[in-house]
Amino acid sequence: MQHRLTLPSADATARLAATLGAGLAPGDVLLLSGGIGAGKTHFARSLIHSLQEVPEDVPSPTFTLVQVYDTTAGPLWHADLYRLDSPDEVVELGLEEAFEEAICLVEWPDRLGPLAPARTLHLEFADGPEEDARDLTLSWDAPRWDSLRDLAS
Amino acid sequence: MTPPLILGLESSCDDSAAALLRGTQILSSVVRGQNALHAQFGGVVPEIAARAHAETLDVCVEAALAEAGVTLEAVDAIAVTAGPGLIGGVLSGVMLAKGLATGLGVPLVGVNHLAGHALTPRLTEDLPFPYLMLLVSGGHCQFLIVRGPQDFARLGGTIDDAPGEAFDKTARLLGLSQPGGPSVEDAARDGDPDRFRFPRPLLDRPGCDLSFSGLKTALLRQRDALISEQGGLKRQDRADLCAGFQAAVRDVLVEKTARAIDLYLADAPAAPALAIAGGVAANGVLRGALTGLCTARGLRFCAPPLKLCTDNAAMIAYAGGALLEAGLHHDMTLSARPRWPLDAGAAPLIGSGKKGAKA
Repeated sequence: MQHRLTLPSADATARLAATLGAGLAPGDVLLLSGGIGAGKTHFARSLIHSLQEVPEDVPSPTFTLVQVYDTTAGPLWHADLYRLDSPDEVVELGLEEAFEEAICLVEWPDRLGPLAPARTLHLEFADGPEEDARDLTLSWDAPRWDSLRDLAS
Repeated sequence: MTPPLILGLESSCDDSAAALLRGTQILSSVVRGQNALHAQFGGVVPEIAARAHAETLDVCVEAALAEAGVTLEAVDAIAVTAGPGLIGGVLSGVMLAKGLATGLGVPLVGVNHLAGHALTPRLTEDLPFPYLMLLVSGGHCQFLIVRGPQDFARLGGTIDDAPGEAFDKTARLLGLSQPGGPSVEDAARDGDPDRFRFPRPLLDRPGCDLSFSGLKTALLRQRDALISEQGGLKRQDRADLCAGFQAAVRDVLVEKTARAIDLYLADAPAAPALAIAGGVAANGVLRGALTGLCTARGLRFCAPPLKLCTDNAAMIAYAGGALLEAGLHHDMTLSARPRWPLDAGAAPLIGSGKKGAKA
């Protein structure tokens, strides 16, 4: 299944992230792709903040690889796999367990290779028609995400 | 009295490190990392395997002992990074430290990696508390008032990318080599900082928080506009983009540092000083601007040598020594902490009194 949205501003991206976040539970894995500056981390930060009573700093995980948060919906892992070379390193990071036990937001998910779980939601960010606008393509196989068809930007 | 001989261990991110320290004298500081691989396309290849850290750490300890010319039995205490960082790496350091401390029958102390960075200026210079710290380390960037070895007040920090990361990503976007700090600075030397006007994120908002993510996006847009106009990027374009980017980072850092100085001076420090740690200190333009700001505001400017600003174990040994001196040490229940904010009081801490690092 696929669903396309245009997000006209950074605020619109943040609102969508909060809407999506409100339905998440441990075991849900969101794969975020798109180039540098496409808005992956902004989306992740907005989603994490929407699930925290007291929003805390959400630094870019590019350097630290993984940042772990406590949220009202359970533990949340924010991972950036850009610096990884192979799926073996994903295992070393402990992501496989996290896919079962936490909400996971994964940037640069192509590094997962065969380790990407089947019931993920894939979000592809691309530059939109305006400066802060983004085109977002949601795609999934699992029925878990079917209600997203009705999602409006 | 001779100060104790402290063995420091660090393995919280990409590098494994061991060091021997007596007082402020660094007898040896060994870092085994991935530096040789840093020049590979697009960034730093991390050593994330706990197993690899564990193996490399042993070698680091042996090398540090040999270089210092001391035996393991001469060590008086073990200091180890207990967080924040990748759990596997931190855990292997903590396990080794526990083993060594038990085997030798010496005290063990767990150190916050960020506290290690924040106290480093006192390792190399005679710098009294409280001082203002601009701590830039890997993914971190924050302003702290350092009032004591366990007493840090966070004034603000980056809400997204750290400056080093912004430089790395800029280099990546412009096809320059990694790490981005030196290559962007190099390219900017021949550039016109005024040709492209990049945003100065968060300057319009009060406080000391920083943001560099939008700057990267603006640079990307400008690059793509040039490419579609001209069919490519000229050397001069690249130089101008780098110079414009660097000027924006400089302006943001200077303005936010000026605000942090205002808050810090409210502490009425007897000998006001700003210490900066990390790659920022290695950039001539940024360093020059911050030095100028300090001169104008009557602050002493300190920047420890770069090799002590990147991850190392000498800073962990030093911070551990300061904790031991304060009567603190840990037992076998010391745990590795992936998250460990220096100032858990976080945001509205101004005026709320002193806050120590949570043990």
